[in-house]
Amino acid sequence: MKQQQFEMRHQQEWLAFEEQLALLEGSKKDVDRKKLLADFPEQYRRLCHQFALAKARGYSLPLIEKLNELILHGHRQLYRHRLPIVAPLVQFIAYGFPRAVREQASWNLLSGFSFVFALCFMWVLVALHPDMIYSMLDVEQVDQISNMYDPAAGFRAMRDGSDDIAMFGHYIWNNIGIAFRTFASGLFFGVGVFVTEIFNGAFFGAIAAHLINIHHDEPFFTFVVAHGAPELTAIVLSGGSGMRLGWALLAPGALPRLQALQRAARKAMPVMYGTFALLLIAAFVEAFWSPRDFAPAVKYSVGAAFWLLLYAYLLFAGRGRSHAA
Amino acid sequence: MIDERQNLLTPEGAELNLTLAGPVPRSAAFIIDMAIRCVVYAIVGILMIFFSTIGQGVMLILMFVLEWFYPVVYEVFRQGQTPGKRMMGLAVAHADGTPITLNGSLLRNLLRTADFFPFMYLAGFISMLSNARFQRLGDLVADSVVVHVEKPDLETVKATAPPRVPDWSVTLDDQRTLIAFLERGVKLSQPRRQELALLAYEELSPEMAEMHALGNARYLRGGDDA
Repeated sequence: MKQQQFEMRHQQEWLAFEEQLALLEGSKKDVDRKKLLADFPEQYRRLCHQFALAKARGYSLPLIEKLNELILHGHRQLYRHRLPIVAPLVQFIAYGFPRAVREQASWNLLSGFSFVFALCFMWVLVALHPDMIYSMLDVEQVDQISNMYDPAAGFRAMRDGSDDIAMFGHYIWNNIGIAFRTFASGLFFGVGVFVTEIFNGAFFGAIAAHLINIHHDEPFFTFVVAHGAPELTAIVLSGGSGMRLGWALLAPGALPRLQALQRAARKAMPVMYGTFALLLIAAFVEAFWSPRDFAPAVKYSVGAAFWLLLYAYLLFAGRGRSHAA
Repeated sequence: MIDERQNLLTPEGAELNLTLAGPVPRSAAFIIDMAIRCVVYAIVGILMIFFSTIGQGVMLILMFVLEWFYPVVYEVFRQGQTPGKRMMGLAVAHADGTPITLNGSLLRNLLRTADFFPFMYLAGFISMLSNARFQRLGDLVADSVVVHVEKPDLETVKATAPPRVPDWSVTLDDQRTLIAFLERGVKLSQPRRQELALLAYEELSPEMAEMHALGNARYLRGGDDA
């Protein structure tokens, strides 16, 4: 059969297929997908057949490319990934996230260890030699932080709702950005992750010790205790995920490096989803609860509840059930 | 071999071609997307001046959402195309040709930071140039590729030469070449067409060579008057 005849014979089919595609790819809600899809696979297979014929018979390149294009679009619709939202989300919260966290426990521990080690190191250092705070921060930063947590300062009572929202935005932009970047920096053999964890740990330790030294510790600890649970945990978990990527590159084991990396990323991704959620919670608490003036006993008990609940959840949720995945 | 085409075998047995997109159209798409985001920031930023501190918070949240999730939302819900990619005729897909998943899209966009390192997407650029599928680091990890998706137009050629039966036994390769000559000839100048035709019919004059080539091609392609 000559090309012209071939084109004439199938032109209608191709046009119809294009129309189906346009409907399927469009974002209209009123499209009756079931009806549309009823003969879609059959049409698609016919198209594949015609494509093979066109190639074997040496028809022209534009025709072959056109069919190629149609099939590619059809392929994309036929093998489209479904996006159910609610059920996976419930499963994820009930056991997916804590399981994913425990599954990479060694990386989280390593990340947590580098964070805590840096924290303790700077804390002890600054507690013993108060001037060592200036090795981490410059004079203005130290003054600013000292003033911010001055128990005698009056500005805390003046804070209102609009400040809360401004700070909420700041925490979202800043903290979640840090977590995502920490994860990404794992691609450079995990070096960037260690830098982030050690720097953040050291920074926190230095400030805490400094504020104790100048007796501004109560406003500081009552402020950080509650949101510290999700926030610090999230930074450590994003570090653990990043280290996992870095390690897959350094020591891929029996797999090619690229595949080891893809597999590590697939497994670490749920932890990053959870980290994102934890940091949203942290930003919310930090903006709307932490700055409220309550008796220290109240703030410490709420903070303790946060830590206990979070770690009970991460350590024990989803144990015992058989693996669905 | 450097080739922007990648073969893909579907379960139906059809062997398809993905045309991969290189750094240049991708950068252009990125710049368009960035410009769109900047316009949004400018508009919202001006509006938010009237809300002082609350405005500052809203602005930061907006920046967070747009900087991290703008590509994700478009890639997952708009056939792998951000507005910039749509304008450039590009789309993101998995390396097996299936549409990008939420997981894949998030992964490749979270890892953008690594691609950006140390500045201006240098790491991503090096990664693109050093693998056959133009994948940046995020694409490698998410196993995704960026492909060209614009549809080629099948032009119907109006040739003046009458159909002519070939006087040799035509191979498949001859047939392909001649038909391609017929269909793409409209985009070439006449001297160029004659020059090309002379390669096949070197014993003829340029005009005759063109007539012969087009005539043989028309016969092979077939048609109402062939």
